[in-house]
Amino acid sequence: MSLLKNLGRQLRAGELSATELTQAYLSRIERHDPQVRAYLHVTAEQALRQAGRVDAQLAQGEPLHPLAGIPMGIKDNLCTQGIPTTCASKVLAGFCPPYESTVTAQLSACGAVMVGKTNLDEFAMGSSTENSAYQVTANPWDLKCVPGGSSGGSGAAVAAGLCAAALGSDTGGSIRLPAAFCGVVGLKPTYGRVSRYGLVAYASSLDQIGPLTPTVMDAALVLEAIAGHDPKDSTSLATDVPRYSETLESLSETQPLAGRRVGLVQETLGEGLDPEVNTLFQQAVAHLASLGAEITIISCPRFAYGLPAYYILAPSEASANLARYDGVRYGLRAPEATLLAMYQATRAQGFGPEVKRRIMLGTYTLSAGYYDAYYLKAQKVRTLIKEDFEAAFTQVDVLVSPTAPTPAFKAGEKTADPLSMYLTDLMTIPVNLAGLPALSLPCGFTADGLPVGLQIIGRPLAEADILQVAYAYEQTTPWHHRQPPDLS
Amino acid sequence: MKPTECSFLFWPMSIAAPPRTQYEAVIGLETHCQLSTATKIFCGCPTTFGAPANSQTCPICLGMPGVLPVLNATVLEYAVKAALALNCQIAPHSKFDRKQYFYPDLPKNYQISQYDLPIAQQGWLEIELVDEQGQSSRKRITIERLHMEEDAGKLVHAGADRLAGSDYSLVDYNRAGVPLCEIVSGPDMRSGVEAAEYAQELRRILRYLGVCDGNMQEGSLRCDVNISVRPVGSPVFGTKVEIKNMNSFSAIQRAIDYEIERQTQALEAGERIRQETRLWEEGSQRTISMRSKEGSSDYRYFPEPDLPPIELTPAQIDHWREELPQLPAQKRHHYEEVLGLSAYDARVLTDERPAAEYFEATVAAGADPKQASNWISGDITAYLKAHKLDIQALPLRPAGLAELLGLIQAGTISGKIAKELLPELLSQGGSPLALVEAKGLTQLSDPAALEAIIDELMVAHPRELEQYRAGKNKLFGFFVGQVMKKTGGRADPRLTNDLLKAKLEG
Repeated sequence: MSLLKNLGRQLRAGELSATELTQAYLSRIERHDPQVRAYLHVTAEQALRQAGRVDAQLAQGEPLHPLAGIPMGIKDNLCTQGIPTTCASKVLAGFCPPYESTVTAQLSACGAVMVGKTNLDEFAMGSSTENSAYQVTANPWDLKCVPGGSSGGSGAAVAAGLCAAALGSDTGGSIRLPAAFCGVVGLKPTYGRVSRYGLVAYASSLDQIGPLTPTVMDAALVLEAIAGHDPKDSTSLATDVPRYSETLESLSETQPLAGRRVGLVQETLGEGLDPEVNTLFQQAVAHLASLGAEITIISCPRFAYGLPAYYILAPSEASANLARYDGVRYGLRAPEATLLAMYQATRAQGFGPEVKRRIMLGTYTLSAGYYDAYYLKAQKVRTLIKEDFEAAFTQVDVLVSPTAPTPAFKAGEKTADPLSMYLTDLMTIPVNLAGLPALSLPCGFTADGLPVGLQIIGRPLAEADILQVAYAYEQTTPWHHRQPPDLS
Repeated sequence: MKPTECSFLFWPMSIAAPPRTQYEAVIGLETHCQLSTATKIFCGCPTTFGAPANSQTCPICLGMPGVLPVLNATVLEYAVKAALALNCQIAPHSKFDRKQYFYPDLPKNYQISQYDLPIAQQGWLEIELVDEQGQSSRKRITIERLHMEEDAGKLVHAGADRLAGSDYSLVDYNRAGVPLCEIVSGPDMRSGVEAAEYAQELRRILRYLGVCDGNMQEGSLRCDVNISVRPVGSPVFGTKVEIKNMNSFSAIQRAIDYEIERQTQALEAGERIRQETRLWEEGSQRTISMRSKEGSSDYRYFPEPDLPPIELTPAQIDHWREELPQLPAQKRHHYEEVLGLSAYDARVLTDERPAAEYFEATVAAGADPKQASNWISGDITAYLKAHKLDIQALPLRPAGLAELLGLIQAGTISGKIAKELLPELLSQGGSPLALVEAKGLTQLSDPAALEAIIDELMVAHPRELEQYRAGKNKLFGFFVGQVMKKTGGRADPRLTNDLLKAKLEG
C-alpha cells in the first residue's frame, strides 16, 4: 500500500487529472488548515500551473515520474525561487529567494506539485513547532497537542491529508519526531545523501533533508527523487542512489526479515520512558522477531552524552550560520541611526527567544578560553558516539528504539522549560551526531489515541536496510490504515 | 620628570654623557595577494576589476540563506604553487575555518579562512639588496605561513572617508569572495629597504608563477606591516604596531622609516608604545592612529562544516612542483655567477619574467650576455614603454636581436648604425642582416677605400690639418666626423681611428 503509487496509477489510468488532484488537496487545505495551521504559505497558483504541465504530459502520452502530479508540502526552510521562504522567523518575513534549493528543483523536475510551505520551529530550532514566529501547528490526532518539531507543519500536513507527501529537515530529530507524533513515516537520510543546497542552515554538520510520508514505500519513492550527489554541496556524497522502492517490492512475504539482526539500544529504555511507549515498543520488537529478525540487546554507553554534545555543537554552528541576518542585505531591517544600533535592533526584533538562546549558547561555547572545554570536547564526544554505533553495527544490521520517550504532549506544556523540551530529542540526536540514516514509523497508539513512533537506525548509506525492515513491519501491522479523527 | 633624566641634566658637563642607546626595528609583513583566477573562490562569479557595483555577485557570494561554498580547484593549485615557490612545507591535511566578526562588507558576517591548519607553513624567500656602490648582499626572510581565504566587499562612505562620521555607506560586493592568499613573514626585517625589497621579491615570484598580478593600485597585493623597536641586543620584542594603507613599495619603505623614527623617539622620551593599528597617510607622509589593538578581538574560529578537509597527495604536490618556472632568485644567481652580469643588471632583467626569458633566448641564440643585457634594459625597454607594448608582442624576436648584436661584433655594422636600424626592426621585425644589405649599410672596413677618403679630406681642409699638426688635438674629432659624413656613418670606427691617426700625424 502506497498513497503515491495509488495516485500515480489513477493519474496514468486517466481516472483523475493532476489538476483535479491538486484542486482536491487545495480545497482540503482551505477546509482544514485553519484548524491544523500546517502551512505558512499556500502556493495554489504555482501548484495549478505545475499540475497543468503534468496533465499536458499525460495528454502527450509521455512517461510520468512516480512523483508527477503528487501534491507535496515543503518545509519553509527550503529555498523556493520567488516564493516566500521565512524559516518561520520574522527576520525573513517576506523574503523570496532568487534561487531554488536543489531538492525542490529535483522534485519540480519530476513533476511533483508543491502546494505550500509548511510551518516549523523558527530556523528549525525546537521540538514542538511552538517556536514558529507565525503560528502554532496542531497535531491532527489531538488538536490540543503539538505535532512535534521542528518539521511539525510537514508532519501535520501529511497526517491530516493536506498533502500526499512532504519534505522536512532533521538536525537532531526534526523529521523523525514529528513523524512519530503525527503517526506518519519520516526518514532522515545519511549525512550527505541529499544535497543541502538551498536548505537554510541551522547546524551545517548535522542538517539533512528527508521525506515525511503516509507509508514506507512513499518515503522510498521521495528519497529516490531527492538523493544523490550535487556539485553545489561539497558535503554531498557521490555514491550511487539505489532504487529503494524496488528493494521493498522484492522482500519475501512469509519471513521478510529472516537473517536480519536487530539491536535494541539498551540506553533508550531506561528512566523517563513513558510506560505506554515502552509497551508499544516492546510489542513492535516482538513483531519484528515474528517476521524472522534476530533480536539482540545492544549497549551504546555514550548514547546519553549525545544530548549535551548536541547542545554545544548545534548552537556553535548556528551562532555563525545566523550571523548573516543583520538587516544589511535582505529580510528585516530595523531603522536605526547607526550601524551598531541597526544590527542590535534588527536581531532583537527579528529572532525569537529560542533562537536567541541558541545563538548566545553557541557564541559562548566558541569564545576564546572556552573553545577547548566545550566545542572541542563535544567534538570528541561526537567521535565516541560514532564509535559506539560502529561497534554496534559489527553485531547487528539495524538498531531500534522508541523515536521519542513520550507521545505528543499538549501545546504550552513544555514551553516554559527548555531543558525538558530538549529531552524530547534524546533518542534521535545521537543519530545525527553519527551522521547515520534513521526512520520513524508508527508502531501503535496510546489509550488516548496518540500515535507512537518506532525508530530504526542503519549503517551509513544503508537507507535500503532501514526501509526494508520498516516496510516488512508496516505491511504486517494495521497502524498506517488508521486516520486521524474527522477534522470538522 | 624621571630620575634618570634629572641625573643626566645635573651631571657636570665635564663628565661624558652615557652612550645613547642604539635601537633596531623588528619588522614582519602580512601580505594579502589576490589569486588571479577567472572566478571567485567559492562560487562562479567573475573576478574582473572595475565592473559596475554589485554586478559580479550571486546568492553564494552575497551570503544568502541556504547557499553553500564550493572550493575553486584553481585557488588550491595557485596557493600550493605559491607556497612551493616560497619553499614552504605543504600540509597534506588542511581545512577551512570560519573567522567571525560583524561588518557590512562581510556578507555572512564570517570569513571563510584557514586558522590552525593552513595549507602551508615554514618557508623562506631570499632578497638581494644592491647598495649605491653596486655591492649586493643576500638575506633569507622566513615565511611563517600561507593560507587561503575569501576577500570581503568594499564600503563606499558618503560624507566621510571612514564609516565613522559618514551619512550613509554603500556596499559593493563584487570583491566579496575573490580568492586571497595571505602570506605571513617572520619578524626578520630590520629596515624599510629590506621590507620593501621583501614585498617586491614576493610580488616578482607571484607574477612569475602567474598566480597574482601584483597590482597594488587595484588592491591585488596589499601589505600590512608589523613593526616594533627595541634596544640593539635585546632578546625580547618591543610592543608591536600594525601599519596599513600603503599602496606602493616606496610607501612601505617610507612608512616604516617614519614609524622607526616615531617609536624610537617615543622610547627615548620614556613613553610607552601603544599596541595599535596605524594608517599611512600618503599626503602628510606620516602614520596616524586608527584603532587600539589592546584587548584583541575574539574571532571565535571553528572548522567550516560546509567544506570537507583538503587532502593533498605527494603525487599531486610533486606534479605542481614540476610545473614551477625558474624563479627570479635562481635567474639572478645564474646571470651573475654564470653569465657574468652585475648584480644591478641581473636584478633589472629578472624583474619581469617575459623580459628575462627574452634575454635568455637572445643569449641562447648566440648573443653576448652583457651586450644583450644592455640593449634589452636600454633601448628596447625604452621603446616598449614609449609604445606601451609587452615584450612578448615585440616583432623583433630574440633571434633577430642576437643577429643584430652578431653583426656589430663581427664588424659588419657599427653600433651607431645598429641603433639607427633598431626602430624599424622593433616595429617590423625581420632579419637585421637583410635590412643592412637592403639599405647598403654594411660597414666600410676596406683600408684602401678609407685611406682614399682621408686623403681627399686632408686636401679639402688644409687649415684644420695645419692646426691639428700644431697641437690642436681636439680637431681629431672633426676629421672623424668628416669621414663618417662622407661614408654615411658606415666607416669602421676603429679602423678609421687608426688610419686617421697615422695619416694626420704625417
